[in-house]
Amino acid sequence: MAGNVSAALRGAMRQPVTGAVGRGGWRTALAFFAQPSALVGGMLTATVLIIVMAGPLVAWNSPVDFIGAPFELPSAATPLGTDIMGRDVLARVLSGGTVILSLSAIATLLGVVTGGALGLTAGYFKGTIDDLIMRLLDVLLAFPQTILALLFVSVLGSSFTIIALLVAAIHAPQVARVIRAATLKVRGEDFVEYARGIGTPSFWIITREIAPNVVGPLLVEAGLRFTYSIALIAGLSFLGLAENPPAPNWGLMLNENLIGLPQNPWPVIAPVSLIAILTVGVNLLTDAYAVWSTPRGGGGS
Amino acid sequence: MSLSAVRVDGLRIVTANLSHRLLDDISFNIASGEVLGVVGESGSGKTTLGLALLHHCRHGLAFGAGVIRVDGKNLCAESTAGLRRARGRLVCYVPQDPASALNPALRVGTQLAECFESRVRGGNADLLELLAAVKLPPHPEFLDNFPHQLSGGQLQRIAIGMAFANRPRLIVMDEPTTGLDVTTQAHVLDTVRRLCRVHGVAALYVTHDMGVVAAIAQRVAVVYAGRIVEIGPTARVLEDPAHPYTRALVRAVPDLSTGNPVSGIPGQAPEFGADERCCAFAARCALARRACGESVPAMVAVAPAHEVRCLRCEDRETVPAQAPAPVAWSERPPPLLVAQGVRAFYGRHEVLHGVSFSIGAGECVALVGESGSGKTTLARCLAGLHGEVAGAIEFGGEPLPLAAGARSAAARRRIQYIFQNPYQSFNPRRSIGASLATTLAQFERSERVEERRRVLAALDRVALPASIAGRYPRDLSGGQRQRAAIARALITDPDLLICDEITSALDVSVQAVITELLGELQRERGLAMLFVTHNLALVRGITQRLCVMQAGRLVEEGPTEDVMQRPQAAETRRLLRDSPRFAAARSTPAVC
Repeated sequence: MAGNVSAALRGAMRQPVTGAVGRGGWRTALAFFAQPSALVGGMLTATVLIIVMAGPLVAWNSPVDFIGAPFELPSAATPLGTDIMGRDVLARVLSGGTVILSLSAIATLLGVVTGGALGLTAGYFKGTIDDLIMRLLDVLLAFPQTILALLFVSVLGSSFTIIALLVAAIHAPQVARVIRAATLKVRGEDFVEYARGIGTPSFWIITREIAPNVVGPLLVEAGLRFTYSIALIAGLSFLGLAENPPAPNWGLMLNENLIGLPQNPWPVIAPVSLIAILTVGVNLLTDAYAVWSTPRGGGGS
Repeated sequence: MSLSAVRVDGLRIVTANLSHRLLDDISFNIASGEVLGVVGESGSGKTTLGLALLHHCRHGLAFGAGVIRVDGKNLCAESTAGLRRARGRLVCYVPQDPASALNPALRVGTQLAECFESRVRGGNADLLELLAAVKLPPHPEFLDNFPHQLSGGQLQRIAIGMAFANRPRLIVMDEPTTGLDVTTQAHVLDTVRRLCRVHGVAALYVTHDMGVVAAIAQRVAVVYAGRIVEIGPTARVLEDPAHPYTRALVRAVPDLSTGNPVSGIPGQAPEFGADERCCAFAARCALARRACGESVPAMVAVAPAHEVRCLRCEDRETVPAQAPAPVAWSERPPPLLVAQGVRAFYGRHEVLHGVSFSIGAGECVALVGESGSGKTTLARCLAGLHGEVAGAIEFGGEPLPLAAGARSAAARRRIQYIFQNPYQSFNPRRSIGASLATTLAQFERSERVEERRRVLAALDRVALPASIAGRYPRDLSGGQRQRAAIARALITDPDLLICDEITSALDVSVQAVITELLGELQRERGLAMLFVTHNLALVRGITQRLCVMQAGRLVEEGPTEDVMQRPQAAETRRLLRDSPRFAAARSTPAVC
């Protein structure tokens, strides 16, 4: 270390230069959840997630055993009654979310990552690369989502992998459009120009300079896509294209029990409410994040 | 002085939770036909004051006390409906940016017609008369234009015309010429002055530019931390300021006539308006003594119509020796960078038509011109940031590839670029220290300890505390960010610094600090600089050579003093003529 540095400077050097100071994880989280919409959204989402994760452990009846007559009304043994096959509705609701949620999460993650990468590439390079990527994605967008999904599932079968890939492929073009627009805005800013001026390779400019600045819209889009995934996968299950039918599944439950709605509505109402609560919760959370992550201050006179 | 058209008494604006007074104890009056200039730096409350005269305040603020009388009518006592009637008729407002104030989807004729209050007036004849009054072509076809088809100066004239349409008693103008070229600005100022005089309209002209105030206002009020600290006839206030802040502000403003080097104001202006316990300027004041920290000074008259809020208004501080004059050489140093026939394009449109010039080693060259003259494009070409370019550039005796990507790492390291907008030049998701370290890592691999030392040394070089390294860009003021940007350029140990209007987004006192810093760097490190600016006055104190650009061509080049004293090109003479000067205050006719 050179000797010409003042004592104050030397003291400051022990602290990391590159790290974030005064932005502790807990304090940040507290500030985030101080927003009413974040708090409500977080609570709704957490409720459903807890039910889904802890549910199978709590349920005292097996979700696949026939324990009564079809469409029995709620009783002490079966708090939500029975479904079309005389199985415990509560048990099926408690254990039926795992597949649909994990499938949605994985499909969303895949779709958002692929779409984000495509959008960043298209937006940064512009020109021919942009045209090539975006026109290809436009072709994908031109097909109606559900029809496309039905077509592929009926041809390729309805395994976990195929549904995940399919839903991801449906989301990617939409995500790519949003991220491309955000990238176009960021790439025009001076700090990106500066990075190009000092000769930073394109890959590093995209990943280090631009990507962190489109994380806001990307996360919001991810939240929105997650709720779409749930709806789409539930829809596929509802149409009978779910994985191995006897296993409990919220989407499948709607399908099976629609005809029993006048006798016992709970096999339909319970899964629908949970999907609705989760959708509202996730959307509130991501909206709150969009507001919260927008850098405040700045701007000159 | 004639009967006051506007009287403001004890106006106070508070935040909604009553914790801060953004404006306090504001009292003044404006006579019919008089222009009162309000100067202050960002955060001083001058815009809040302008809006308050329409009895409007931004969200989160409220009126605390005071009376605003326009033409005898107390706006503070008006109902919402009464205020709505008063605004646009009794009191009008001209915003800073006319481009966003006009509706882009409506023709200007439609928008002008909307301003007339009755069906009696507002016919085509009235519109044409209005166009003529603001010196726009009075043809019916002109009314068919959409806002995007007009220039900034024309739009601002439209906005001014809209304000004058109903012959109001008071017009509030919030920096209406800030975005305009000096020549356009001179014309707009002329129009405003004439309209106010002819129609007997009182005007409040909010600005940060002392030169503009000198050109337009008969009287000036200096606002600091939410209070008027000095008010008086413009010539007196600018030539013999009685408040230490006004004196510091005047010293910070470069004046074209004298060419004295500017000096900044140490310290930071208070952020949250008026202090209720002491003189807000005491912390930065050379004359401050104990009494200054114990109460808010009252306004005292130092001359007829000249009042000042200072306990020591009779005293003058000793001004520290002026910063050394710019380096002067008997002959030019050997060239560091030579540009030969540089041409640049935007698509098929050629914006630079073969520009040739050179920068000597250790020399500070100014590049001035109007907006659109191609000065920023030229600077970007030299930095390799502009893609569509032809010509030859030599750097340090060797040919330099035109694109930054094709240049050697050494060449990229030696030429550093600083951007105009300090709010965009740092990645908002990365701390300042990390941004500096990333730049360093681009050119050399160094140990973390060494990297830290270099980052902190660079920050130290631009007088930023080490704690800035861990802060994010949004936590910094504009001046701090621009200093951090200079630190980022210095960390690579460059030979040439290209500064693209780096002070145009900053307050004058901060601008003075930055130019002082650049002058120091040049003297101490022999750093060559290309200083791009539209402010001729600023150039005089710090540069050795001056290049004037017009419409993509270099029209004049020479030693700064020579060009200033004996301008050859018509463009240079025009820029010199239209630049606002302090001396203009003496010739501004007083209203009687």
